[in-house]
Amino acid sequence: MFIEFFFCLRRHGLKVSITELLDLLQALEQQVVFANIEDFYSLARTILVKDESQYDRFDRAFAEYFEGVADVDIAAAIPDDWLIPGLQRQLSDEEKAKLQAMGGLEELLKAFKERLQEQQKRHAGGNKWIGTGGTSPFGAYGFNPEGVRIGQDGSNARRAVKVWDKREFRDLDTDEALNNRTMQLALRALRRFARTGAVTELDLDETIRATSRKGGLLDLQWRAERHNAVKVLILFDVGGSMDDYIYECQQLFAAARSEFKHLEFYYFHNCVYEHVWKTNTRRYQETTPLKELMNRYGKDYKLILVGDATMGPYEIAYPGGSVEHWNEEAGSVWMQRFLGHFEKAVWVNPQPQERWRYHPSIQMMHELMSDRMQPLTLAGLQSAIRTLI
Amino acid sequence: MADSKNNGHNGAKFTGTDRYIVSGELGLAVNAAVTLAKPLLIKGEPGTGKTQLAEELAASLGTKLLRWHIKSTTKAQQGLYEYDAVSRLRDSQLGSDKVHDISNYIRPGMLWQAFVAEQRPVLLIDEIDKADIEFPNDLLHELDRMEFHVYETGEQITAAQRPIVIITSNNEKELPDAFLRRCFFHYIRFPDESTLKAIVQVHFPNIQPRLLQTALEVFFDVRETPGLKKKPSTSELLDWLKLLLAEEMGPEALQKQHEQGGLMPMFGALLKNEQDVELVEKLAFMARRQGR
Repeated sequence: MFIEFFFCLRRHGLKVSITELLDLLQALEQQVVFANIEDFYSLARTILVKDESQYDRFDRAFAEYFEGVADVDIAAAIPDDWLIPGLQRQLSDEEKAKLQAMGGLEELLKAFKERLQEQQKRHAGGNKWIGTGGTSPFGAYGFNPEGVRIGQDGSNARRAVKVWDKREFRDLDTDEALNNRTMQLALRALRRFARTGAVTELDLDETIRATSRKGGLLDLQWRAERHNAVKVLILFDVGGSMDDYIYECQQLFAAARSEFKHLEFYYFHNCVYEHVWKTNTRRYQETTPLKELMNRYGKDYKLILVGDATMGPYEIAYPGGSVEHWNEEAGSVWMQRFLGHFEKAVWVNPQPQERWRYHPSIQMMHELMSDRMQPLTLAGLQSAIRTLI
Repeated sequence: MADSKNNGHNGAKFTGTDRYIVSGELGLAVNAAVTLAKPLLIKGEPGTGKTQLAEELAASLGTKLLRWHIKSTTKAQQGLYEYDAVSRLRDSQLGSDKVHDISNYIRPGMLWQAFVAEQRPVLLIDEIDKADIEFPNDLLHELDRMEFHVYETGEQITAAQRPIVIITSNNEKELPDAFLRRCFFHYIRFPDESTLKAIVQVHFPNIQPRLLQTALEVFFDVRETPGLKKKPSTSELLDWLKLLLAEEMGPEALQKQHEQGGLMPMFGALLKNEQDVELVEKLAFMARRQGR
């Protein structure tokens, strides 16, 4: 019973297991619901789906399986407030103006949903029209709505069109699912425990020692709890060619976020210049000068740069080489200054290592980092951590 | 609907209480979890009544609610039991007789209490995502088999009847797959206008319909404001209405203020962030300038 349904769900990328299917069958046997498709829908969803980001995927699978039995309106089933923040985030001022002309966000949303259904077909056709996602609340359709290029035609080719480069920055989501626990376990290697704060823990060894010193009279000894005292500063490259690695970076970010108590992060584009920023949406308004970063964070911070270092060599080597602004001093000067301050530094590159030698800019960056560049793989991360200790 | 002749469960279907409105979907999820004795994981925007669900469920079943609030330092073991070595040491110094029986120093945790309760209790594991990443994994066996071993006394604690377990999460950490497999899941959506009205009616039965209508309009306007850091949710709406009622604000006054633009009265109950206040103020100002 429902074996076909089960496989249909799995085909749509839901990781349902046999135990869950048996649970569903048991629930039906116990007559939790009876001959009511809507109730069955909610029940099946409760039992089989374990994350709201998968709801949409489930809806599609359900609709496919029960085609002809009932029509489920997929687009209407997506609450608008899941879409809005995602859309909002990536709109530029011009687009906002255009949006007004189109009759506001609601209209656009409608259009977006229409496109969404269109997308379904294209995607099935293997056209990589919409992003690399699978990570958003709409992982469902196998894409990230934040990655949808509204108003852009189906080209996936990355040309150095400045206006699009400007458009595509997005914050790495803190809440982003950490489904790669191994990454977090790798980061655990970067632990330097120290006991600070209030004394709340019973120190057994010391208690025994003190008690025997007093000839058996109990003398309790307390100590502070252990904390990870490592301080980490992470700089992420965003936009442009980094789009392909958004997923990996999000994982790294989420893992680091939950592992380190003292974690600071900033964003940069391609190469570090005179300033970095904290929020991508307001990156032109709120920047932090690099000098301030060096003043604020001491030498004991471990610096991790995450970027593909894939750019024009002039972006590193010459003043004015930046694609976004006029930089008085070359990127290499800033990098050297930066690395002079943070002695423990490593560059983590999501670009596969075998491709490094085709990009002169990676070679240059590798040299600037004095060979401390590692690929964003588990092994790479582990050796990166080793250089930081 | 089917009759509720299910294993030892003593109540009818959960359809909310006189103080708590449940959607059909949520009611179904709860009933499925109760019937099949599986933990139910609840997620949703803050303020949509995740924790309250457990309270109301316990109330409607007429049973005890055991709350286990999770903090970043909570260990799974604390839910089972804690061995108080320090007081035993102290008692041994004072020569107390209690010291010979180790079970005097074992304090049962919430899970233990739930397992041995006379009547099938509701166990609330609140905000499980606050704990360490390994926390849910440490509870796998206990939640699945509903039994555990007390190392100090060699005792085996087995649940007389499987408690109804409600787990809430705010999505701060992802829960491991193995843990999710053992749970049912429901995402509480933000209620639509008619549900919200029903909720308000439950809390303020005597509210003027016109005041409610206007207040809801203002409320949904605020919620639709793009870029809010913290959207006001049901609990904030209820707080705000309480303030409006306490101030005896009439619907006309509210309406007028809304049309004039500017912040709504008692905005502090709805907007919890100075940037949000600024944003709403700015938008209202712009709307007023455009003579909307």
